[in-house]
Amino acid sequence: MIALLRRDLALALSAGGGGLVGIVFFLAVVATIPFGVGPDLALLSRIGPAVLWIGALLSALLSLDRLFQADRDDGTLDLLLRGPVPLPLAVLAKCLAHWCATCLPLVVAAPVLGLILAVPPAALGALVLTLVAGTPALAFIGAVGAAVAVSMPRGGLLVSVLVLPLAIPVLVFGVSATYAAVNEPDPFLPPFLILLALTLFFSVLGPVAASLALRGAED
Amino acid sequence: MTALRVRIEGLVCGRGGVAAAGPVGADLAAGDALVVSGPNGAGKSTLLRTLAGLLRPLAGRICVSGMVMADGEAPLGLFEIAHYFGHRNALKPAATVADNLGFWQRFLGEPGLSVGEALALVGLEGVGDLPAGRLSAGQARRAAFARLLVARRPVWILDEPTTSLDAASQERMSEILAAHRATGGILVAATHLALGLTGAAELRLAGAPLSAAPGLDLDEAALAHAEGWL
Repeated sequence: MIALLRRDLALALSAGGGGLVGIVFFLAVVATIPFGVGPDLALLSRIGPAVLWIGALLSALLSLDRLFQADRDDGTLDLLLRGPVPLPLAVLAKCLAHWCATCLPLVVAAPVLGLILAVPPAALGALVLTLVAGTPALAFIGAVGAAVAVSMPRGGLLVSVLVLPLAIPVLVFGVSATYAAVNEPDPFLPPFLILLALTLFFSVLGPVAASLALRGAED
Repeated sequence: MTALRVRIEGLVCGRGGVAAAGPVGADLAAGDALVVSGPNGAGKSTLLRTLAGLLRPLAGRICVSGMVMADGEAPLGLFEIAHYFGHRNALKPAATVADNLGFWQRFLGEPGLSVGEALALVGLEGVGDLPAGRLSAGQARRAAFARLLVARRPVWILDEPTTSLDAASQERMSEILAAHRATGGILVAATHLALGLTGAAELRLAGAPLSAAPGLDLDEAALAHAEGWL
């Protein structure tokens, strides 16, 4: 399992792995917002955390379709399906590698891009915290969509559409926890704990559901 | 401890509930080989994928006896003690050949030969540091075959193993297969070419005519029943 995680990580970060496409897309989404909204700093700093969360969500979804498809194309998936490592654990390892390679750079970039949107420092800190807690859930949910669409040659958009409704709760609680950190009367902890609960819940459900979908795709 | 024995009883295999081949039966002891032959579309690959545990058999069963895993338990099925060598090579083009094989050695467990020895045996000395994507089709096939040597498993399920190999490489592969049988391994291979497998049992798939998809063969009674609903 560790071997699988290390190899996937190395492949994603090597040339042609496409691991860093997400961060470029993230930059593009966030950088266009001030041009569209206009130079109203008060407005920008108010909507900034939400924009950053939406950008991170869309960037995380962008690269999901390759999660299993590359393995299916070269036959690796056949060996993972019946390997000595139980399939849900293999999926979990792939999800973690995917998260490290594509979502972790988003988390690191978010505060830098937050400066473009004049987001206050306290909100930047909360944003990083909620992204770290919430983006693993996106990877686990996305694995299910990627597994369902694995046998479709152009399943990329389908994955995003399938996964988006499930990812909405993560977005809602991520953004509300971020706002609660800066808006005084709102409590930070309840939405943040629900976000953590979502991540833990999907870390169990996602790999199991994705394994079932991958096995079903064989028939 | 008894010797390894694999029995296939009345196995019907197919995809999506439609039978493609079978029922087939075979009884393989250590050192045996089974060559699956038949025209294109006869269900050779489907049979091998079923044996490898990738497809669920529609009927019949596969029994393994006389084998104890490293944890002291009997294997859960044939797939646990078998290498599946399919049409696709399971090599990542961006990683080097040695990295690819090293990964499979760690992932599959029970290390056999070292990566260097395995590559030498398939005649690929000195390509370990090349990215797998740079290899020619025949070289990639041989590098993928080295996977069967770096992790030790007694049963080899081979689907057209000699695709795009030249005559010398086929000769070398025949030797490796014979050596595997000599050490008590079992081979199941689908191939159009003679692999020099002496004394191999042959299982000939006739190429069953494709039956209609299930659910379409309504008889009169089912139609009458359906009309009763309307």
